[in-house]
Amino acid sequence: MGMTITEKILAKSAGKDSVKPGDNIWLNVDVLMTHDVCGPPTIGIWKNEFGTDAKIWDKDKLVILPDHYIFTKNKHANRNIDILRDFANEYGVENYYDVGTDKYKGVCHVALAEEGFDVPGTVLIGTDSHTCTSGAFGMFSTGVGNTDAAFILGTGKIWEKVPETIKFTFNGKLPEYITAKDMILRILGDITTDGATYRAMEFDGQAVFDLSMNERMTLCNMAIEGGGMNGIIPVDEVTEEYVKARTNKSYEKFYSDDDALYHSKYEYNAEDLVPVVAKPHSPDNMATVKEVAGTPITKAYVGSCTGGKIVDFEFAAKILDGNKVAVKTFIIPATVEVEAELSVVKYNGKTLRTIFEDAGCILSAPSCAACLGGPEDTIGRTVGKDVTISTTNRNFPGRMGSKEAEVYLASPLTVAASAVKGVITDPRDLM
Amino acid sequence: MEKIITGKAFILGDNIDTDQIIPAEHLVYSMDDENEAKMYGKFALSSVPKEQSGLPEGNIPFVKEGEFTSEYQIIIGGSNFGCGSSREHAPYALMKAGAKVIVAESYARIFYRNSVDGGFVVPYESKIKLNDKIKTGDEVKIDIENNTITNITSDETYSLNPLGDVLPIVSAGGLFEYARKTGMIE
Repeated sequence: MGMTITEKILAKSAGKDSVKPGDNIWLNVDVLMTHDVCGPPTIGIWKNEFGTDAKIWDKDKLVILPDHYIFTKNKHANRNIDILRDFANEYGVENYYDVGTDKYKGVCHVALAEEGFDVPGTVLIGTDSHTCTSGAFGMFSTGVGNTDAAFILGTGKIWEKVPETIKFTFNGKLPEYITAKDMILRILGDITTDGATYRAMEFDGQAVFDLSMNERMTLCNMAIEGGGMNGIIPVDEVTEEYVKARTNKSYEKFYSDDDALYHSKYEYNAEDLVPVVAKPHSPDNMATVKEVAGTPITKAYVGSCTGGKIVDFEFAAKILDGNKVAVKTFIIPATVEVEAELSVVKYNGKTLRTIFEDAGCILSAPSCAACLGGPEDTIGRTVGKDVTISTTNRNFPGRMGSKEAEVYLASPLTVAASAVKGVITDPRDLM
Repeated sequence: MEKIITGKAFILGDNIDTDQIIPAEHLVYSMDDENEAKMYGKFALSSVPKEQSGLPEGNIPFVKEGEFTSEYQIIIGGSNFGCGSSREHAPYALMKAGAKVIVAESYARIFYRNSVDGGFVVPYESKIKLNDKIKTGDEVKIDIENNTITNITSDETYSLNPLGDVLPIVSAGGLFEYARKTGMIE
């Protein structure tokens, strides 16, 4: 019997010829990533469990990217950065990207790709549920908690149950008003927030391979919103071009066999897709933008691992160019590299930064910022009964700060169109 | 590991995500300093919408204002319990508040792993929906050997799915204890 890409990568990592869904296996981890929220407790558990002579299994395979609570006066949050810095110094961790230095990157999932840690065919585990983002590079990546991460830190190993795979095929060509965010919100509406629990989500089809790496990352990023263990897209020339520009590491390409067994398969015709949102308070609460058009908003937000990449700002700029925003609109680049690109990448002869400034947007420094609320002084955080439309990935009660607030998730095109009108607006009205 | 766990039940609905279990703004407290760690208990389940907290009546806080632990030891949820982020602070917060067992129809993967590998709470799957059969405040008994939950208040017993593959880790008290027992680590 054939295997899926996910099964092949897991088999290789476990040192086996083949695996099948349901098998419990021990994986050899290629990269362990952690950040400022989960890094300190992970280090704490590692020290407690392995004792005074605790050793990192492989320093080159550990990546620490502080990104969650960076620009805050909260003393406990700042203490977390101090713990990471002291740990990196004490153990000589090269891949530590310290706040306040030239090495600082920003949001971990985007930085992992930029810094060449996303390598096809490998296994990357992170202490963050959106670690599944890296699956865009034809690799296995998933999120874990602190105990599992501490175990990896000492042993390089993690147990996993081999998941069944669901395949999502997008045939045809995407219309210009549809982005990867519309694709994944549509999937979530169809499968719900637990439709892929303990399963792999494999994406393919012409419309998927037409996407840039940035957009493929958006698709895989929200696999976890369907409960997915990982999202994955097979390697093609787009992947290889990106990877070769970022790293010299060798890599292995895996493809699902024709006779691989899938849990289920979904097929979409890309031309039929329409702009959609996830209504409060769940990422699967899908509606077409037309159905909720006219809903008043108080804030608009473009940022995060899933919605703060350069492609997201290119989409937003298409709508914001020559327009003024009607509500507070936050532009939060995911990383320092994305932030720099805002001053270089142009639309209609103007840089994206100029377009956003002319439109009256509020630009801020790279971090996770208000995607997950964060400390009270976090920029863009919801307050009171805010109604925010956002390119982020979660709209659970209280997620972006205020427990009374409502959050609509949408594509950067829809967020920008809504920001201009002050009410939820179909981007086609402004294109 | 205790074979019988008894306590008062706290009832929740479907899709209890980790932001509801422990809001992100509280993820800054040290787990090693008990004075800070108890804050996780204080804020456990603090972002569950009020009307959904302590069903069927609702408007019952899991942890009373000004307290650090809960009077409820057994949490009964619906489907997809613990969805959302990877924060291990979620099952940890429930443990700090005094919860010992969760019974839900299904779990999100990372929350389930964290509960088991961290040895914080025992995550049982119910065979049928139970959050409409047990009320907040009912006295319940979990029988770990026989995989049952009994509502002492109404004298009804329901079977639970055996813990299966993760039972050795749960019995050992967590991943590290399990790995030591089996000789994976010293």
